[in-house]
Amino acid sequence: MIVVEDLHKSFGEVKAVRGISFTAQNGRITGLLGPNGAGKSTTLRALYTVLKPDHGRATIDGADVVKEPLLARSRIGALPHGAGLYPHLTARENIQYYAKLYGLPDDGMNERIQAVIDEIGIGDFADRRSKGFSQGQRTKVALARALVHEPNNIILDEPTNGLDVMATRSLRELIRKLRDSGKCVLFSSHVMQEVAALCDEIIIIADGQVALHDTPDNIRERTGYDDLEDAFVCAIEMVTPETVQSV
Amino acid sequence: MSGALKIVFLKEVLDNFRDRRTLLSALLLGPLFGPILFAFVINLSLKQSMTDEEEVLEVPVIGREYAPNLMRFLESQNIQPTDDVPANREEAMRAVLDGDSEVVLIIPASISDDLAATIPARIEVISDRANTTARRESRRLVSALSNYNQQLAALRLTVRGVSPRVMRPLNIDTVDVSTPSGRSAMLLGMLSYFFIFALLTGGMNLAIDSTAGERERGSLEPLLCLPVTRDQLIVGKILAACLFMSLSLFLSLSTFYVTLKFVPLEELGMTPSFGPDVVVIGFFLLVPFVLLGAALITLVASFTKSYKEAQTWVSVVLLAPTLPILVVSILMIRPSTGLMFVPSLSQHLLLVSLIKNETMNMLHVAISSSSTLAIGALATFICARLYRREGLLG
Repeated sequence: MIVVEDLHKSFGEVKAVRGISFTAQNGRITGLLGPNGAGKSTTLRALYTVLKPDHGRATIDGADVVKEPLLARSRIGALPHGAGLYPHLTARENIQYYAKLYGLPDDGMNERIQAVIDEIGIGDFADRRSKGFSQGQRTKVALARALVHEPNNIILDEPTNGLDVMATRSLRELIRKLRDSGKCVLFSSHVMQEVAALCDEIIIIADGQVALHDTPDNIRERTGYDDLEDAFVCAIEMVTPETVQSV
Repeated sequence: MSGALKIVFLKEVLDNFRDRRTLLSALLLGPLFGPILFAFVINLSLKQSMTDEEEVLEVPVIGREYAPNLMRFLESQNIQPTDDVPANREEAMRAVLDGDSEVVLIIPASISDDLAATIPARIEVISDRANTTARRESRRLVSALSNYNQQLAALRLTVRGVSPRVMRPLNIDTVDVSTPSGRSAMLLGMLSYFFIFALLTGGMNLAIDSTAGERERGSLEPLLCLPVTRDQLIVGKILAACLFMSLSLFLSLSTFYVTLKFVPLEELGMTPSFGPDVVVIGFFLLVPFVLLGAALITLVASFTKSYKEAQTWVSVVLLAPTLPILVVSILMIRPSTGLMFVPSLSQHLLLVSLIKNETMNMLHVAISSSSTLAIGALATFICARLYRREGLLG
């Protein structure tokens, strides 16, 4: 479970995140939805402890991301935006490197790596050097290595970016499977359809703040729009009326 | 080594052993290219500058039949008049200008009459001074001729009852105190830079890769999400770069040991001591520089945005260690305890005195190693601090 309370983060003069709070529950897919530059990536980066929040706190399964970053990180499987592999290592070696750094015991490590390779369906190219992998293959391997330690919380930053239709579909399948096994899945996207197709809960973020946090059905109801896209625009308008009108 | 540090170290070693770019610079470019090029250039310039008295110098002589005694003298000096002679003075000039002959000697028909009448006899040496080989050959011919000149003069004085010593008020004798090893050390002093250069290039790619490369590839951010400290990551990477640098250093010392066999330094009266023992001791003298080199390149690369930009800046680091070596070589400064605190310079001075076959000053060795290691540790610490910055991700 991921709990975020009143998170703030500025870069110089720019206030990227200004007081975001939410809870992402276990066994649910929570989607962070928002236009480019709304503060989605900054929030996720603070959660996987690459950035340090200026104010507020966040916990991963109760571990504070600032006070106990190593513990918090061990509870997360993270797929940052545009995650890259080591081109001279095979897919399996890439996963193995992470497995070792996650501190998986040597005993049973290879079995666990094989299990995650089968689960994600990358067996065909698992023993090929990752140089020359397609974007879809890279993303799958990056996801496999993020899941190798069976984390309870999975954070994905725009995971479907650059993927074709088939790769996107299989990634969605996978995310649903993770949810069904009781994991807490938090992912960000700026694509409305994707969030609508996948999420149990939607958090609409605009201008560094939470505009709406609800189930897709409730969001339709609360904004009075049947179409989620209209609801999205309506929610953002509530936070930043002037920007939307100018568009 | 702690667990994560070792994992990072081993992965970097494996990764880079598979990287053709790293292998090329670590195992081939620095260690092989440098010493071989050095040996080749030295060889060439030695051949150019050495006057080989043993070698027969063939000189076309116009009018050799007029001076049989002179010809016999020249032959005793290993200078052989050839049969292939230009017809006259004009043709001789043209032959020299065209490079068909390096030098031509012209003896006039009147020479024996002039000698008999004690009139200075005019003989001509035609050569092209713009041509280095020709200059050397004409110098050899002219010095042989003036020897003959002095012999004749001495004979004439003796005939007239005057001691030839009258002609030599001064007896000039130059005493060279440099030892053969000392002379070669001047030449070989340039070497220490070759080794430091090879050492740095050996780990360059790896050190750049750990910051700029990882960032460019997008593998840095997921790496930072792992439950290991950033200190463990950066130190593991720096240590892996150290391994490649040490390998490169050892290879370049060994290659030099081999290539030096093909340089005729002995012919110059130099006996450099560069045996297998020098390879091993030299390795231990230079290896403390490895940590500083790896940390320095990592440090510079961490400020850059891409691999290419990093390479540009790192080439400055490759040149930096030359500066103190250059200054000391030009000013001919002798090793002192104070200089041993300066990295790269202290390694240079120690290596030179090793090659000179001097007794190693153990205090100097201790200061050089510990001060270089301490500065390397400081640079590593600064790297680790920079690696903790949020701005690292760019």
